[in-house]
Amino acid sequence: MNSFTFHRATGVDDAVRETTRHTGAAYIGGGTNLIDLMKENVMRPSYLVSVAKLPLAAIEALPDGGLRLGAMATNADTAWHEDVKSRYPLLNQAILAGASPQLRNAATNGGNLMQRTRCLYFYDLATPCNKREPGTGCSAIGGFNRIHAIFGASDQCIATHPSDMCVALAALAPTVRVSGPDGERSIAFDDFHRLPGDQPEKDNNLRPGELIISLDLPAKGFSKNFSYLKLRDRQSYAFALISVAAGLELDGTTITDARLALGGVAHKPWRDQEAEQLLIGQPATVETFARVAAQVVSTAVGQGSNDFKIELARRAVVRALKQAAEGSQQATDVFQNSNP
Amino acid sequence: MSTTNYIGQATSRVDGPAKVSGAATYSAEVHLPNLAYGYVVSSPIARGKITKIHADEVLALPGVIQVFSHENVPSVAWLDKKHQDQVAPGGSPFRALQSPEIQFSQQPVAMVMAESFELARYAASLLRIEYEQEAHETNLETQRAKGYEPGKGKTGYQPPPPPRGNPDKAWEQAAHRMEAEYVHGTQHHNPMELFSTTVDWHGEGKITAYDKTQGVFNVKNYLVGVFGLNKDDVRVVNHFVGGGFGSGLRPQYSVYLAVLAALELRRPVRLTLTRAQMFSFGHRPQPLQYVKLGTNPDGSLAALQHHVLHETSHFEEYTENIVTWSGMLYQCDNVKLGYQVAPLDVFTPLDMRAPGAASGSIALEIAMDEMAYEAGIDPLELRLRSYAERDQNQDKPFSSKKLRDCYHQGAAKFGWEKRTMAPGSMREGNMLVGWGVGGGVWDATQKKSAAKASITADGKLTVLSGSGENGAGTYTIMTQIAAETLGLPLEAVTYQLGDTDQPEAPLQGGSWTAASVGTAVQSVCQDLAGKILKLAQKQADSPLQDAKFEDVEFLNGQIRLRADHSQSVVIRDVLQSSGEAKIEADGSTTPNMPKQSQYSLHSHNVVFVEVKVDEDLGTVHVTRVVNAIAAGRILNQKTARSQVLGSVVWGIGMALMEETVIDHKFGRYMNHNFAEYHVPVNADIRDIDVIFVDEEDDIVNPLGVKGIGEVGMLGVTAAVANAIYHATGKRVRDLPITIDKLL
Amino acid sequence: MSEQTTPASGGAVAAPPPVGTVRLTINGTAHEVQLAPWTTLLDALREYLHLTGTKKGCDHGQCGACTVLVNGTRINSCLTLAVMHEDDDITTIEGLGSEDNLSALQQAFVDHDAFQCGYCTPGQICSAQGLINEGKAHSEHDIREMMSGNLCRCGAYVGILAAVQEVVNKK
Repeated sequence: MNSFTFHRATGVDDAVRETTRHTGAAYIGGGTNLIDLMKENVMRPSYLVSVAKLPLAAIEALPDGGLRLGAMATNADTAWHEDVKSRYPLLNQAILAGASPQLRNAATNGGNLMQRTRCLYFYDLATPCNKREPGTGCSAIGGFNRIHAIFGASDQCIATHPSDMCVALAALAPTVRVSGPDGERSIAFDDFHRLPGDQPEKDNNLRPGELIISLDLPAKGFSKNFSYLKLRDRQSYAFALISVAAGLELDGTTITDARLALGGVAHKPWRDQEAEQLLIGQPATVETFARVAAQVVSTAVGQGSNDFKIELARRAVVRALKQAAEGSQQATDVFQNSNP
Repeated sequence: MSTTNYIGQATSRVDGPAKVSGAATYSAEVHLPNLAYGYVVSSPIARGKITKIHADEVLALPGVIQVFSHENVPSVAWLDKKHQDQVAPGGSPFRALQSPEIQFSQQPVAMVMAESFELARYAASLLRIEYEQEAHETNLETQRAKGYEPGKGKTGYQPPPPPRGNPDKAWEQAAHRMEAEYVHGTQHHNPMELFSTTVDWHGEGKITAYDKTQGVFNVKNYLVGVFGLNKDDVRVVNHFVGGGFGSGLRPQYSVYLAVLAALELRRPVRLTLTRAQMFSFGHRPQPLQYVKLGTNPDGSLAALQHHVLHETSHFEEYTENIVTWSGMLYQCDNVKLGYQVAPLDVFTPLDMRAPGAASGSIALEIAMDEMAYEAGIDPLELRLRSYAERDQNQDKPFSSKKLRDCYHQGAAKFGWEKRTMAPGSMREGNMLVGWGVGGGVWDATQKKSAAKASITADGKLTVLSGSGENGAGTYTIMTQIAAETLGLPLEAVTYQLGDTDQPEAPLQGGSWTAASVGTAVQSVCQDLAGKILKLAQKQADSPLQDAKFEDVEFLNGQIRLRADHSQSVVIRDVLQSSGEAKIEADGSTTPNMPKQSQYSLHSHNVVFVEVKVDEDLGTVHVTRVVNAIAAGRILNQKTARSQVLGSVVWGIGMALMEETVIDHKFGRYMNHNFAEYHVPVNADIRDIDVIFVDEEDDIVNPLGVKGIGEVGMLGVTAAVANAIYHATGKRVRDLPITIDKLL
Repeated sequence: MSEQTTPASGGAVAAPPPVGTVRLTINGTAHEVQLAPWTTLLDALREYLHLTGTKKGCDHGQCGACTVLVNGTRINSCLTLAVMHEDDDITTIEGLGSEDNLSALQQAFVDHDAFQCGYCTPGQICSAQGLINEGKAHSEHDIREMMSGNLCRCGAYVGILAAVQEVVNKK
């Protein structure tokens, strides 16, 4: 871990000002990802601006019927919030499928968006990595890339975004409210994270000094028909190989609205709006889901050790949509109800 | 008063309150003033040499004390022999910071010393080192041709026995046969406690090292040899080990570096490795295993061949017993076993829980399942048809073997008779259900051990033997043995371990501690009992006046005549009236070789596993396990059960998730952390039943114990793999069986 | 939460951060410790306050051995800086009960042999206490899942489940 100055921000303005005027400054919320990366020397901010205790932890109703999630609310407080549980159960399930109770208690909503890839090469200074040190090369291409991207990768980076929460958010499509040197602005969730392209060092589209203030969820929460399905190497406390967030609105058996996003597959939470359009107007049947799933993976590209993810993603999409349509078993763990 | 017959009871751990309250202190938790902190810098390359170390850049930082590297560390003992610990394989042990040569990725190349841990870590991150890289080779697949039969370098290694019968012809002519290659991932021990050493410096060449180790004497002898210290000036202490599983059998570079720093800096030092560095010193090797089996028309084994190749390092020749067990678990007259190693640019492998047997039993027991399906015989029945009544490897009878009882009791508990043979035939809703079986055999070993017992006039007994407590329950079972032998309440007994000032005990490994240290503890306590009896007999009008030692028993705080329980004395009264402040006994015990050498001494087990598999998604859950074990006498039902439960967790991990992945481009283990090296979590584990079958054995040792730390792991992994085959019809021979292999 | 800071290879060597007084309330006792901001709560407890019941198993939030309660909520003390907790009420294993006066949870761990080597145990117990405080775990499945942030390499999960379940059921 490098040497840094610690500053406890007194307000959002102070935080933004301090971060803007110090080169190498970074915000710290819960710290669960940043401190990890600092210990690995992957990130070396010279000035830490603590925003954890800013009054940004409220979860409150919005006039348009939506729900505002404060950026400094913890993942746990968000997941267990009554309004989240009842109106956005997909988000509740996705958050609880991620990390561990301890981490969720410390990690903030803003921080969840900011968490960085788990790419093994990104984390290990002994190996070249374009995301960590632009221009050095991508070791994951042709390397051990079991946990890497099948969508939207570039020849410079095949890393994935590791969040579960963000997959549900991608489906629910909130706006991300940020405050920066030029004031506040809102970013559509789908525009927040980015694909690696030729700038894999950039995870998102935040401008220098910008601080996430809140996530504003729209009114529609898909609370009746949803599923968050997470497939991983052990039953808990592991990053997703594939995860699927699905939300459906049904009129009888006809799909009237649909949301579909995948995790563990791309540099950003991977919402597939074409697939959503394909679902709308169709009967909620396995045949429909299979057709849509085939469409979802039609653009997937394997990297060797992650080739299996293409087929796994296809199957997971079918299962998640099926679970969502059934509206009964919203199990993130397929064994949850199997052996009481 | 409840009885003092403690052996075999489910006594709660005597060190339990210390462990659950945070009072138990581990090697990094000794508080010393003026501590200097070390932080190791690890090599990013697998082979080459260091050309320059820019130490002056970090030495300029206030609070940085020193940067140790090959450029400035003092020379140590020249002879390899001085560096070879008790369980070193043949070859030339790795010597940290003694040469610019890089022999494996993550090799320690420097150690930064600073006034705080954080500063040492920071300085280490800044240290620039230049390397000249050379081509490395870490892929065993490409080195198959380099395999050779190793020598007998390592303690405990038994080369496979010569072939018996005509294994090739018998296989060719067998009624049914199978052949297949099996492989499982490289594993790292990953005890929860990081390797750490705190060294107290008492003056020129005098130290106490608080080290994470499974053998304080092994470490002490190593330090004395390597640094040329006076053996009276070196003390090694370890009261609690936060898990070992074999990783602490050999002195690791952490203790070497910490002691080196303390001697050089002439002050106390603490060095703790990082979790990533826990992947830098020894692992369970990745064996390529080839098995051929054939059966006679009656389903008995006609032929068995098992050949293994695994890696070693370029500097040591690591060996483990992988194939030997295959020659003795089943009756078979035509057997050929082969064993080879090939050197790679990695650190030397290191014994890891049930070394050899854990790997060998995977191949053999999956092969047996394949054989059962080839022959159309129930997998358990197949095993019964080749039940070995005698150890054919050694051509000796077993001292005891209740494996048949394991089969029957385990199968009954599991409900095996309800199994239908065809793969995919046991569905439950959306889930495919599979039942599998596997098992194994492990050595029952007794090693020379010493102990000392002393009792004071107030009736408090203290027993010392420099063994270890890594979770196996050493404190508890030794307390039970001592208390029962002298008929004292547990509360009156203190057992102390983990200190080279105590009588010497063997390394804590091989499942031999209960048998070895237990026998020594029992023996010195019996000697002490004899002395107490003599004191009792000196008393006027002693009711035990003419009794011989065999005529009395020590029970419930009394000595009484076996023939007439009314004739008794209270032990504490005897001690108080004797005028002696303290009575002592010490000595050592060794195995009764003339008796033992006539027999094959082994423990056995069988494991039944149920899995549920999601057919579409390939997710597997082990929902039920029954592990039946024949391991002689069980000293403590509670701690023994826990050891077996843990073994099952290990077996499940090995089957489904554990694997250290090496990127051959870098010759480097890449998933060197707990996020990506997956060990089972609580949610992975469901119902586990443990059965200890009754097995009396007065040959293995006076206590009749065989040890249970390793045998419980055998067969678990294969049983999971076999259950997955039964559920899905997919035979996976490349473990761990991750989701991608079942799509 | 701003743009990523990537490490500069080589570059000027920055001086270590200065040490200052950090006020921590631990197990009901106020402490003043001289710390630099780069000291984690875990290292502050172990190396500066000699409260070594809290364990370091990975130092990266991947094992749970360092779990402590902050204002009654369980977190990984390795992934938080001590300076971030000046206003907090911190409870460690030492604050839950002592060797001679075990809490119900600690006693349940002993009774069910919910550990072997004991190294992950303080973290398991603090985590279980946090689970109880949260009040979200009701079934066996819930407990297993919500205790999955604590690795036990000895594999004592069966006993851990039994111990936690016993105390949860008594509530």
